[in-house]
Amino acid sequence: MNTTKWRWLSDQVISQLQAGVQFPDLTDTRYRAVRFLARGGMGTVWLAEDTVLGRTVALKVLEVDLGAGEWMARLLREAMVLAQLEHPGIVPVHDAGTLPDGKSFYCMKFVQGQTLDQNLPATLSERLRLLQRVAEPLAFAHSRGIIHRDLKPANIMVGPFGEVLIMDWGLAKIANEALRRSGPSTATTQERDAAKEPPPSAVPVTGHGKILGTPGYMAPEQERGDSDQTDERADVYALGAILKFMLAGDQSKKESNLNPLFAICGKAMAAQPGERYLSVQELSDDVEKYLRGDPITAYREDVIERTLRLYARHRTAVVLVVAYLIMRVLFILFSRR
Amino acid sequence: MMNKILLGIILGAILGIFDGLTAWFTPEVRSQLLGIVIGSTIKGVIAGVLIGVFARKVHSLALGILFGLSVGLLLAFAIAQMQHGHYFAIMLPGGMVGLIVGYATQKYGAMPVKQRG
Repeated sequence: MNTTKWRWLSDQVISQLQAGVQFPDLTDTRYRAVRFLARGGMGTVWLAEDTVLGRTVALKVLEVDLGAGEWMARLLREAMVLAQLEHPGIVPVHDAGTLPDGKSFYCMKFVQGQTLDQNLPATLSERLRLLQRVAEPLAFAHSRGIIHRDLKPANIMVGPFGEVLIMDWGLAKIANEALRRSGPSTATTQERDAAKEPPPSAVPVTGHGKILGTPGYMAPEQERGDSDQTDERADVYALGAILKFMLAGDQSKKESNLNPLFAICGKAMAAQPGERYLSVQELSDDVEKYLRGDPITAYREDVIERTLRLYARHRTAVVLVVAYLIMRVLFILFSRR
Repeated sequence: MMNKILLGIILGAILGIFDGLTAWFTPEVRSQLLGIVIGSTIKGVIAGVLIGVFARKVHSLALGILFGLSVGLLLAFAIAQMQHGHYFAIMLPGGMVGLIVGYATQKYGAMPVKQRG
């Protein structure tokens, strides 16, 4: 029997209706819920009004109750990670705590825009510039000892003025020991079973031997659940996968030589972390070289490709010199008549 | 990347030498080839300096090309005046050289590093 004919409400509408039933209890808080925004890995995100400062904010509220210690700790940990990362490409956190109904929450800047998977720039160069802008906050986070571990187009928000923000740091790994110690304790909660089934798209866990990330964007060491071996090169892998996603939808295949870009993807997504770029900055540098028309480290071009690249880079100069030589030859031919 | 004035001088000199050498294909002036090459090189260097200085002051590809073309044509006109003829044969390549140097100094020449403090 065909059951789809009974689905006259879209998944989005159903999701919003469900969220409406579970409106967060903001009684006696400074916030007033405005509307449901999205459902994340751990909870729901709400558009709210900060009644004290009179500004619009986003509230991420844990779906489960107070008993779910691991999830609570994780949400607060995400807030703490974000609070450590003051960068224009990372959503700032304003507040964190517990609501009257016992649910944990944190308050962050409300970011308007669309995620990368919803709105991919039209031209190849725009996409590559955007990828570079994603690499910037990521490199900053790595310099602070924080690895995102769930980088994907759905977690990259592009604002109306082209601003790029990396979202959803819920699976981030804190490699920096000092930061880890200053954060909420997860030592005891790690040993407990998760109170709730994790969402199918992203399987978050903390300890060694458990899988986390999103298939297709998850490095092999993450897929194996090898948390100890997961370092910033896991984000390099994900960034390579995002570049691959960008190239898959590109319409300029006939105009540009995309082989170097696919080589960048290949190097970034190597099975062995040691064969990848050492950092997202290195990957971004190779993309910059491609955009400038310089040779990249990940790809050895042949003579024809090199000639075409140099021609493409210096087209006007080549045309001028050739025009000059043709003019000279014509002068010589006419002077001999 | 080379500085704009140096790039202008080198490019002007190379194109000037090349420009002068093409006189070899004109049998009636072949005997004066050395003088023509030297004169053409000096003209190229002067054009290169002027265009290079302009490129340091004005950052515009269109204006750079226009200035280069003007300088090239003007210097070539002066030489054609001294030769009492061959205006087209001297001014067209001269203008072209100026145009190429104007483009190259704007596009490829490096700006001097500004000191802070």
